[in-house]
Amino acid sequence: MLNEETHHGKDTDLSLEDETVINPKTYLFGLALAILLTLASFGAAITHVIWGPGLPIFLAVLAVAQMGVHLVFFMHVNATEEGENTVLALGFGIFIVALVVFGSMIIMHNLSNFMPSMEELMKMQR
Amino acid sequence: MLGKLTWAAIPFDQPIPLVSSIVMVCGILAILAFITFKGWWPYLWNEWIKSTDHKRIGVMYMILGLVMLVRGFADAIMMRGQLALAQGGNPGFLPPEHYDQIFSAHGTIMIFFVAMPFVIGLMNFAVPLQLGVRDVAFPVLNSVSFWLTASGVLLVNLSLFIGEFARTGWLAYPPLSELKFSPGVGVDYYLWSLQISGLGTLLAGINFTTTILKMRTTGMSYMRMPIFCWTALASNLLIVAAFPILTATFAMLLLDRYCGFHFFTADMGGNAMMYINLIWCWGHPEVYILILPCFGIFSEVISTFSSKPLFGYHSMVVATMAICILSFIVWLHHFFTMGAGADVNGFFGIATMIIAVPTGVKVFNWLFTMYGGSVRFTVPVYWTIGFMVTFVFGGLTGVLLAVPPADFVLHNSLFLIAHFHNVIIGGVVFGVLAGYTFWFPKAFGFTLDETLGKAIFWCWFIGFYLAFFPLYALGAMGATRRMQHYADPAWQPYMLVAFGGAVLIFIGIGLIAVQLIWSIRTRDRRRDVTGDPWDGRTLEWGTASPPPPWNYAVEPHVHGIDAFWAVKHKGKELHKVSESRYEAEHKPHYETIHMPKSSPVGFISAFFAVCLGFGLIWHIWWLVIFAIVACIGVLLWHAWNTDRDMNITATELEEFDRQHPGLGAQL
Amino acid sequence: MNTAVLDAEGRPVPLSQRGPASTWSMISFGFWLFLLSDIVIFASLFATYAVLSTATAGGPSGHEIFDLKNVFIETCCLLASSFTCGLMLLSAERRQLKNFYLWALVTWVLGAAFIGLEVTEFSDLVARGYGPTHSAFLSAFFTLVGTHGCHVTSGLLWLLVMVAQVATLGLRTMVVRRLFCFSLFWHALDLVWIGVFTIVYLGAAHA
Repeated sequence: MLNEETHHGKDTDLSLEDETVINPKTYLFGLALAILLTLASFGAAITHVIWGPGLPIFLAVLAVAQMGVHLVFFMHVNATEEGENTVLALGFGIFIVALVVFGSMIIMHNLSNFMPSMEELMKMQR
Repeated sequence: MLGKLTWAAIPFDQPIPLVSSIVMVCGILAILAFITFKGWWPYLWNEWIKSTDHKRIGVMYMILGLVMLVRGFADAIMMRGQLALAQGGNPGFLPPEHYDQIFSAHGTIMIFFVAMPFVIGLMNFAVPLQLGVRDVAFPVLNSVSFWLTASGVLLVNLSLFIGEFARTGWLAYPPLSELKFSPGVGVDYYLWSLQISGLGTLLAGINFTTTILKMRTTGMSYMRMPIFCWTALASNLLIVAAFPILTATFAMLLLDRYCGFHFFTADMGGNAMMYINLIWCWGHPEVYILILPCFGIFSEVISTFSSKPLFGYHSMVVATMAICILSFIVWLHHFFTMGAGADVNGFFGIATMIIAVPTGVKVFNWLFTMYGGSVRFTVPVYWTIGFMVTFVFGGLTGVLLAVPPADFVLHNSLFLIAHFHNVIIGGVVFGVLAGYTFWFPKAFGFTLDETLGKAIFWCWFIGFYLAFFPLYALGAMGATRRMQHYADPAWQPYMLVAFGGAVLIFIGIGLIAVQLIWSIRTRDRRRDVTGDPWDGRTLEWGTASPPPPWNYAVEPHVHGIDAFWAVKHKGKELHKVSESRYEAEHKPHYETIHMPKSSPVGFISAFFAVCLGFGLIWHIWWLVIFAIVACIGVLLWHAWNTDRDMNITATELEEFDRQHPGLGAQL
Repeated sequence: MNTAVLDAEGRPVPLSQRGPASTWSMISFGFWLFLLSDIVIFASLFATYAVLSTATAGGPSGHEIFDLKNVFIETCCLLASSFTCGLMLLSAERRQLKNFYLWALVTWVLGAAFIGLEVTEFSDLVARGYGPTHSAFLSAFFTLVGTHGCHVTSGLLWLLVMVAQVATLGLRTMVVRRLFCFSLFWHALDLVWIGVFTIVYLGAAHA
C-alpha cells in the first residue's frame, strides 16, 4: 500500500547504481563480516573461551556490531544529505527501543524486589 | 454457524441500552432512507467515500469525532446523573454492572474515537495546505486510515446492541480483563475495535511524518514551517513510536484470552504489572499525541488574531520537540502506587515535573505574542484564552500528582479524574473547537456564527469549572473514581454542582449543532470570497475557500516563516510602485498537474475489517477466514492497479484561478 | 546524484528548501518508518520476554529445551537469504530478468527452509508438552519467536506476489520500488533475528 504512486515528485528511477557504495562487492563484504560475527557469537556461547560473567556483554557487543553491519551494507543507511531523515528516524527508533526494553526491565526488576509475585499475592487474598 | 452469537446477546432485559440502540438504529436508517430518497448515493460514493482528497478526509474525521462526542457525552451525563442521586439509601438508576460498562465506554470513546479523530482530522485538513503541497504523501493510505478508524467506531457502537462492552475501565487492566474474570465479549469488543482503529492511526502517523519531512513546498526549510506543522510532526512521530506498543500489548492480552497463554494471568508465572507497564509506555505519549497539535492550533490562532508573528518561534519548536522526547520517559507516574522503590519513583516524578518547563515556555510565548498586539477577540481567541487559564490549573495539579508521596494519597481518586479532564477538556477539546472555528471558513467558504460561537464557549468554559472543580475537592475528601454509590451525605452537594456543570456542557454541545445549522442556513451573508477571512499569515489563507482539489494551481515559493503574510505585504508595496510591473512579476505559469484518482480501497478494506473484528469477537470462524481472504484480495487488486493518476490541464487551473481571484497565484 | 542545486545567485540551495522530494525518496522513507514501528512491536515483545524469561512456573527453562544446532542452521539460512535478496534487488535494478528469477527462487527457498526448521522446533516442543500455555516463559518465547516467524511467512507470500508482479507488469519503476521495499523488510527481519538468537537462544545457553 505504501508503494502507491505519488504525484508530487519527479518520478525518477532509483539510482542506486550511481552510488559507488552499492554493488555485489558491498553485499559480499557485508556477508563476510556478518558470518564472522555470527560464528563468534555462537562460538563464545558454546565454548568457555570468554569469562562467564563477561559473556552477556560480549554477546551484546557482537549483536550490536552485526546489526550495524546489516544496516550499512545491506540496508544502505548512509549519512548523505538525502539520508539525513533516515538516519534521524533510525536514531529515534533506537532511543524508543532502548527505552521500552531497558525501561521495562529496570521497572519490573525494581518492582519484583519490593513486591511479592502475582501468585503469592493471589494466595494472600484467599 | 454463528459462534457464540445467540438471541441472548440482544439486551432485551436492559431498558437503557435497548432503547438507546433502537433510537440509534432508527436514526441511522432514517438518514440512509433520506439519502436514498434524495438520490445522493452516487455523489456520496464518488465524492466522499472514495475520496483521497486530504481535505475531505479531514472533514469526515471531524464529523466522526462530533458524532462520537455526543455518544461519549451521553455516557458522561448518565454517570454524573447517577452520582448526583446515588447517596445513602438511593441506589440511583444505573446498576453496577451497567455503570462499569458506561465508564469504560466513556473513556475509550472519548480518547480513541473523539479526541483522536478530531486531532487527526485537523492535521489532515491543515497540514498539506500549510506546507503548500497538493496532498499527503500517500493519499490512498490516508483513506484507508480514516476508514479503519471508522471501523473501530462501528464495532464499539455495535457492542451497545449486540452483546456488551468491557466493564474493565478504559485500559482493561488484567487480571480483571482476562478470560477467567471477564468471560463475556465486552473485552473482546474493546480489544478488536482498538486494534483495528489503532492500525489506522499508525498508518496515518507514518503518512503524516513522511508528508512533513519529505513534501514541503520549495523554500520551506524546517525553520520556515508553520508551528502547527511542527507540532503535527512531533505528534505523528509519537504515533509511529507509541502505537506499536499498544498493538503488541493488546495482542498479548488477546493471546491470553483466545489461546490460553499466560502473559498477564494471575497464575503460571503471568505478570499483570507488565501489562500496566507496557500500556502506559503507550498511554503517556498518547496524551501528548493529543495535546501537541492543539498547542499548534493555539499558536496559529494567537499569532493570527494578534496580527503579530508568534513570539519565540524557535523556542516554541525546541519546546515542542523536547516534550516529544520527554513524554517518553515519564510513564511510570501512572503507577507510582504499584510498588516500585523510592529511587525509581523519584526519577519518574522528577522527569514528570521537568515536562512543565517546556510547557511553561509555551504559555509565556503565547502571552508575549498577545502583548503589544491588537488582539481581535474572535471565537478562536476566546477558546485560546480560556485554554491558557484552564490548562495552567490542570498543569499545576499535574505537578502535584507527580510528587510520589502525594500521589499515594490522590491515586485513583476523583482528584485524578478532575486533573486529566482539566487538561484534556481545557487543552484538547478547547484546542479542537478553536481549530474547528478557525479553519471552518477555509473548508466550506463561509464563517461560523460568532454570537453562537461565544455562547458555546461560555457554556463549555463555565460548565467545565462547575463539573470538575468539585471533583478536586471530592478527591481530596476521599472519593474514588469508578464509584457507583457512596454513603457520605457531605459529598452530595458537590456531586449536584458537578451534575449542573455537565448539563451546561450539554447545552454547549447542543449549541454546536445549532451553530452549524444556523451558519449553513445563513451562509450567503457570511461568505468568504477572499480566501483570507482572518487576515491570516500562513499559506493556507492564500488559496480559495474552499480550496480546489489541487490546493495550489502553481507550487508556492516560500522565503520565510509566515509566508502568506509576507506576500500580502510585499504585494501591497509593489502595487503602490507600479500596477503593470506588479502584474508582470506575478503572472503565474500554469502547467498540467497529476492528481491521484479516488479509490474505494479504503472503504472496502475497512468493511472487511469490520467483518473480521465481528467474527473474531463472536468466534464466527468462517467469517474471519472470509474477511482475511477478502482483505488480501483488495490489496492485491490495488497492487495491480496501474491507473491511479489523472491529469488536470493548465487551462482548467487557470480557469479556476480566474474565477477565484485571491492572492493564491502570487505565492 | 549529489550534484548541487544552485539558486538564481549561484548559491547552493539546501535540500530542505528544494521542494517535495521524489516519489522514490518518499516511499522508501515511508516504508522505513513502517519498519521502525514494526521494530517497536518487537521491542515490546523482547521486553516482555526479558521480564518473563524466569517465570517458568515449574516448567522447563530455556537451556533445557533449546537446540543450538538447529538455531545455527536457521541463522545461516536467514543470513544467506538476506545476501541473495540483495543480489535479487541488484539484478532487478539492472533489468536482468533471468538473474532476478534465480535469486528470488534462492531467497524464497532459504526463507522457506528457515520456516520449516522453526515449525519443526515448535511442533517438537508442543509434542513434548512444552506448549505456549505451559508457563509465562513459554508464552513469551513462542510469541516473540513466532511473531518473527509470521513476519518471515508474510515475507515469503509477499515475494510470491512480487514475482507475479514482475511476470505480469515487468520490471517497471513501480515494481522495482516495491522490490526495494521488500528487500528492506527482509533485511529488517534479519536484524530482529540477530536480537532473537542472541537474547533468547544464546542468552539461555549461557544461563
